[in-house]
Amino acid sequence: MLAQIETLPVNTPDVDWAGLLPLAILGVGAVVLVMFRSVVKRLPADIETQVVTLVGPITVLGMWVAGGYAGENVPLASVRDDVGEPAFYIGLLVVMGVAALLVRTMQIGLDAAVTAGVGLSAISAVWALWDDRFTSTGPFNAIGDQFGVDGFSLVITGVIASAVVLVAFLLDDYLRREELDGPEMYVLMLLSAAGGVVMAGANDLIVLFLGLETLSIAVYVMAAMHVRRSESQEAGLKYFVLGAFSSAFLLYGIAMVYGATGSTNLIDIRIFLDSVVLVDDGLLMAGFALLLVGLGFKVAAAPFHSWTPDVYQGAPTPVVAFMASAVKAAGFAALVRVFVVTFGGYSSDWQPAVYALALLTLVVGSVLAVVQRDAKRMLAYSSISHAGFILVGVQASSPEGTASVVFYAVAYTFLVIGSFGVLTVVSGRGDRATSLDDLDGLAARRPALALAFTIFLLAQAGVPLTTGFVAKFEVIGAAVEARSYWLAIAAMVTAVVSAFLYLRIVLSMYMGTAAENPADDGSRIHPAAALAIGVALVITLGFGIVPGPIDELARDAVPHLVAAG
Amino acid sequence: MTEVVVFCVAAALALVGALGVVVSKNPVHSALFLIQTLMGVAVLFVLQEAHFLAAVQVVVYAGAIVILFLFVIMLLGVDKAEDFAVEPIAGQRPLAAVVGGALLAIGLTVMVVAVDGSTGTSATFDPQTGQPAETALDSIGADGQPITDIERIGRVLFSDYALAFEITAALLTIAVIGAVVLTRTVSRGERLDDLEPASFDLPPVAPHDNQPDHDSAGESGA
Repeated sequence: MLAQIETLPVNTPDVDWAGLLPLAILGVGAVVLVMFRSVVKRLPADIETQVVTLVGPITVLGMWVAGGYAGENVPLASVRDDVGEPAFYIGLLVVMGVAALLVRTMQIGLDAAVTAGVGLSAISAVWALWDDRFTSTGPFNAIGDQFGVDGFSLVITGVIASAVVLVAFLLDDYLRREELDGPEMYVLMLLSAAGGVVMAGANDLIVLFLGLETLSIAVYVMAAMHVRRSESQEAGLKYFVLGAFSSAFLLYGIAMVYGATGSTNLIDIRIFLDSVVLVDDGLLMAGFALLLVGLGFKVAAAPFHSWTPDVYQGAPTPVVAFMASAVKAAGFAALVRVFVVTFGGYSSDWQPAVYALALLTLVVGSVLAVVQRDAKRMLAYSSISHAGFILVGVQASSPEGTASVVFYAVAYTFLVIGSFGVLTVVSGRGDRATSLDDLDGLAARRPALALAFTIFLLAQAGVPLTTGFVAKFEVIGAAVEARSYWLAIAAMVTAVVSAFLYLRIVLSMYMGTAAENPADDGSRIHPAAALAIGVALVITLGFGIVPGPIDELARDAVPHLVAAG
Repeated sequence: MTEVVVFCVAAALALVGALGVVVSKNPVHSALFLIQTLMGVAVLFVLQEAHFLAAVQVVVYAGAIVILFLFVIMLLGVDKAEDFAVEPIAGQRPLAAVVGGALLAIGLTVMVVAVDGSTGTSATFDPQTGQPAETALDSIGADGQPITDIERIGRVLFSDYALAFEITAALLTIAVIGAVVLTRTVSRGERLDDLEPASFDLPPVAPHDNQPDHDSAGESGA
């Protein structure tokens, strides 16, 4: 019997390990971290400092190796050829020394340092894939025809990995302040990010669903991880119940699409829909509707947004930063991959639905944000309205629309991590000082943080010279090009409405009279958190003034469905 | 025709069961209704000639997972202490013994007669010799693809869906970590719910082993 099995060849899928590298780094990093921490629960303080310092140089090495493995050429090969081998390796050593020094000054915990290192290595792999592989050989499939590596998935992967790094910096001080146990949070975040990467590159609806579940279940737990605040547990439970409900919708939609097209593979579905005219497309339309509900929930589009305010308010603030950046980016990546790319031929059927969703989301997000009294809740509604803007880009169903979605996802990730980063620092123990009154007079107490928060809020409002402005501009431009004039007008009007509330916060921060806030003890900002906020600030302002690089990146980041060779 | 009838009956069973899971007040009844749903789905699988899936559905879901649910429900103390000396329905116990014995007999007979059926395909017998005409593994379709559904599932799982298979492993890891994290009791620090929002002086944080007043952990890990 065994001999007979051997006579039948198994069609093993072609695996391109380089293409899977970012995913593998995130996943393996999480597993290594959890295994290490389950053996070594706690290191003595002095040894831990030494080990943490070592993480810096190891990260540099990891980035170098990952980049070399993912790309065709060893990274910095041209630099090495220019300066000669000895000088190059001495330079590498110097960089490693600087990294060690940097880690030391950041006073960061081991788990956060390892997580950030894993994230940076993933970014390096993405960079090398983009630079060496993607631009020379074009998009390709990493494993069988299930996971595509194209510009779009690479950029989203980079965004998710950046979110991991910045949120790890924010989490470090937060977990210490709240006296929560560390490693699980980082492990779950890494695994969640791996799920997001799977979603961004999924070429099969089953793979997409599994990626979404991996992403979501980890985030459900992260939202509930503040064990000593019942709001946090309430948030986790709410998110879990409603998220599971929406996953059922998504799964039902996948079944419908499978029934209509005979495949769950996006490439096969695309080929089928391009070559066959469906006499009766009711099943396919039902599939569209259900898929839209399932993915709309994940990106918090109205009317599937009702979980957002409660969950954002209750969950630990750095986790909210991760939810609003990485989860949203992955959700929109899936939305673009499924609707714009796969169902592009049927865009006249689903565009009206997305149009209505975008309109409703914009209005609900901006109008309800105005009446909030809590900064986290208000930012939750504002994230809903941002989802509406991105949906405007999806609705265009054009290359410009996709590029604007990518730009918005990149810009919003850093904006929102910066905003919630500031809130993490000022909200004090137990995340209690998050009402708008608590921000009163912040400029007098913490001038630098107030200035950073002001810039993030102005960027969210879409003030020029920030990435927020360029992002909104691109999205509305794509809508105008797709002749959705009313949607473009609605987007602009809601932008003005939400500008009112951002300015209200800014005003209260600067004009407020409260000399001190009891919950915010005014202690020094932890260096790691300061670094995260600083990086977000530099990107928001830098690429707001010079948007060219991201703009080019977004235009090159075209999603492709490559047929398996 | 048979197919339609079987489908309708099985689908109705599954739907009624699903409704029962949601509606019934007693969690034990919910779990039993869940078994009904899973059985209905198993019949639907048989109808699609996915015999292996049907078997897995019965063995793993109805057999193992729902029983685990029942264990948990029982351990949480939903059941009442009952007097087993009194028979609630007269004649129930002899009847149960007879039915159980009959089921066992049928099961054993089926097992003995269709020895080769464990792979998911029924054995076909050569009428002349009385020997199995061909074993399941011999049946290879015209395109060189195996016909038994077990083998098909295995091949698809490790070729077309290799990535999905691996991601499922990550998913289970997350579920385990999440369950451990959420069911752990608070061991240090005070509960922050009792504090007034933005109260002036926080009580000093002393490591002590007080249990939280209500066990809300774990409810999201279900």
